[in-house]
Amino acid sequence: MSEAKFEPRIVAFFCNWCTYLAADLAGISRMKYPPNARVIRVMCSGRIDPQFIVKAFANGADGVLIGGCHPGDCHYQEGNYKCLRRFTLLKRVIQEMGIEDERLRLEWISAAEGDRLRTVMFDMVEKVRALGPLNWKPAEEKAPVAEEVTA
Amino acid sequence: MKPKVAFYWCASCGGCEESSVDLGEALLDVAEAIDIVLWPVALDFKKHHIEAMADGEIVAAFINGAVRSSEQEEWVHLLRKKSQVVIAFGSCAQLGGIPGLANFFNRAGVLEAAYRESPSTVNPNGVFPQTVHKDNGFTLTLPVLHDTVRTLDQVIDVDYYIPGCPPTPQLLADAVQALLSGKLPPKGAVLAPDHALCKDCPRRDTKPEKPMISEFKRPHEVVIDQTQCLLNQGLLCLGPATRSGCGALCIEGNMPCTGCFGPTSRVRDYGAKALSAIASMADSNDDAEIAAILSKIPDPAGTFYRYSLPASALQRKKL
Repeated sequence: MSEAKFEPRIVAFFCNWCTYLAADLAGISRMKYPPNARVIRVMCSGRIDPQFIVKAFANGADGVLIGGCHPGDCHYQEGNYKCLRRFTLLKRVIQEMGIEDERLRLEWISAAEGDRLRTVMFDMVEKVRALGPLNWKPAEEKAPVAEEVTA
Repeated sequence: MKPKVAFYWCASCGGCEESSVDLGEALLDVAEAIDIVLWPVALDFKKHHIEAMADGEIVAAFINGAVRSSEQEEWVHLLRKKSQVVIAFGSCAQLGGIPGLANFFNRAGVLEAAYRESPSTVNPNGVFPQTVHKDNGFTLTLPVLHDTVRTLDQVIDVDYYIPGCPPTPQLLADAVQALLSGKLPPKGAVLAPDHALCKDCPRRDTKPEKPMISEFKRPHEVVIDQTQCLLNQGLLCLGPATRSGCGALCIEGNMPCTGCFGPTSRVRDYGAKALSAIASMADSNDDAEIAAILSKIPDPAGTFYRYSLPASALQRKKL
């Protein structure tokens, strides 16, 4: 590894109707924010299967950011509530797996809140940068450890 | 000549063997049709017997148990070489199973718990298992315990899977039948129905279209109604996310499904999917209230990944 500053890889799932539009707004408003997030547009935060999140972590994401409509504003009435319920429980699973809390984040950002999106991006990138790389690697023990067992 | 079949066990409890024996008299028919060349729990065949065989001489090897030691790894590689078809038999071989929960720890943690910390351990001299021990000029060896428990297909190529903790005798009988008739599904198939348990549940009619739970209860906390959908009673039943094929045995015993049959073919990560199904039933739209409802689920990682931690996307806890 070079001495270059660690740039966190953030996978961001944004809903089509609010947070993705906020990112769009931030763009057309020429707001500057860190380019660390790989944004994946989904129709609704309720579409974000917890499988997507564990897969992102397993495949090299340092953080996962979920963006949805504010409570009460879901385009599909209650998709964001489902997201919130799953997120609440998944957060505990992620902690049990030894992944730091700050790496998984849920934010409600409406289509008018480009500025809020920028703030969240700055904040998340800095927090994850401070934690360092997650470096999740499947523990493939192709060649088993040969040393003696001394626990 | 009768087709040769091997049974082997790795990190497992013996329940899968029990299930094979539970074939009862049907076992005699099975034994009539095949030639069992290896079955450590019942027959006295040794490793050198298998080593002496030609490659592919065994028609099918049923291997139960996860792989967590150098000995198990050696054995499964040997059986793979000698067998035409390898079948992962039971949750442990398919998904990691209960031994897979050791992936919340590492080797040092596991040994520490077993040889020092557990309340029933008496070990005043702090004796720990050694891989090599010399005594009186003799050298004794023990297999190396791995840090991470793996599923069978993380170690060798697997042709078919039979799910369950343990699989029902019927699934084994069906698999043997399929082998003998040569009518085998495509490689990689799970030899069980490919739909969720709810579909076959005897209480299916009482399941609300959209179950909502305002208080999760554990089986010891309530008197469970024997006719009502368990989710409807606030019990954490994993039926909606779990493959069918068990005959709803736990439900018949008035206990919720714990998910031993694992995912259907559309699901990659069983625990995450099961969590998704259950969490969305929390009957509230308020942050704090949702957290309070879900707080009644103890140890969510252990609950949803009870049988499948090694097969999950994350595979193990980061220590």
